Amino acid sequence: MSSRPLPRRQTVGLALLAALALLVAADIGTSAPLDPFRAPPPAALGSGAAPSGAHCAAAPT
Amino acid sequence: MLLTRTGLVLLALVVAAFLALFVGLRFAFLFLIGVGFGLTLEGLRFGFAGPWKALVLRRDGRGVMAQLLAIGLTAAVALPLLAAAPGELMGAHAPVGAAMIAGAFVFGACMQIVMGCGSGTLVNAGSGNALGLLALVFFVVGSFLGTLHLAWWTDLASLPVLTLSGLLGAEGALAATLAALAAVAVIVAFRAEKGARLPQGRLFLAAGLLAGLAVLNLVVAGQPWGIVYGLGLWGAKVASAAGADLSQTAFWAAPGNAERLASSLLTDVTSLTNLGLVAGAFIAARWRRVMDPAPARPAARLVGGIVVAALLMGYASRLAFGCNVGAFFSGIATGSLHGWAWFAAAFVGSILGVRILAWLQTAPTAPARLETAR
Repeated sequence: MSSRPLPRRQTVGLALLAALALLVAADIGTSAPLDPFRAPPPAALGSGAAPSGAHCAAAPT
Repeated sequence: MLLTRTGLVLLALVVAAFLALFVGLRFAFLFLIGVGFGLTLEGLRFGFAGPWKALVLRRDGRGVMAQLLAIGLTAAVALPLLAAAPGELMGAHAPVGAAMIAGAFVFGACMQIVMGCGSGTLVNAGSGNALGLLALVFFVVGSFLGTLHLAWWTDLASLPVLTLSGLLGAEGALAATLAALAAVAVIVAFRAEKGARLPQGRLFLAAGLLAGLAVLNLVVAGQPWGIVYGLGLWGAKVASAAGADLSQTAFWAAPGNAERLASSLLTDVTSLTNLGLVAGAFIAARWRRVMDPAPARPAARLVGGIVVAALLMGYASRLAFGCNVGAFFSGIATGSLHGWAWFAAAFVGSILGVRILAWLQTAPTAPARLETAR
């Protein structure tokens, strides 16, 4: 076993959060613009609209 | 200041406020629901892979009992809601098939090697476990690769989507789900040692909180709690940025998935709850002050095993139409028969995975001090 320890847990956690923030920021720059005025109602229940999200249980259609 | 407990909670609220203002209120709610999942899973040490291992190795059924309770509580609300608002809400319904069952078996085996399931890998990584972070990277890669071949696998042999609501009606589905969960609980009680049958108080609390959050997820998103779709989407986003043309693939050319790929991650349901879950796990780990000390470096054989298993776990989770959350938790709680098939196949796989992990950990050098499997 190497004598070098793994990185500190706080460092790892912060690195992950930073990487995810970077992914989201880069994605905002390349994906469709965000538009809060075209956002769906706050809750799906009672909205009268069909669910439009994607889920791992759904077969590709 | 930012890394104090109060600072981290405020930071999460600032992110939610940003989402509410610039993306939409629903997306802010979903991020906060994800934070709640992370706080509950890490803060109250509720897991999926670990309790299965505890039942197999130590005849400790407390964690599995808590899982069954959480699923039952969720089903008690989710199934009537789905029946009342079929046009607004959807369940985690998928077909049972050969690839689905094989995928669940492989996932069950690999989650024991990785020492974290779908949610557990996110929690491990978010709470600062370096091996959890490594596993998450390969889990994302595997989930993305699984989308590329999903249609081929599901065409091999598959039943139509079968739900208990479709077979028995809404009330019958709830009764059958609760009865089946109770039957599993009886089997677990027989298997477990005396004194290791009833969950501890923290697990009762966690089960109730998870059920509440899962119902909120359904009410706000219109779909149940899931993990894997978001991870595959993250992989697809990175692949697209690297120049891959995913419009030529069946999965990402499908209208719904093409729309997700073209839209911001901040409008994707499972991405948002996953991001919140990681943030919540980090906050809870800071809260519990488990950030130090750093563990020793593990043996290469164990690291290699985790990398391969995480890759396979991601791939298999797509074939299985979900992980322990999307298929097991949400599938069963919303009446999908594939959730039960997933449970059976993954548990058998877990028995194998526990043995493989034991072999990996008997490497010539001592393994690292690892966190309890989630």
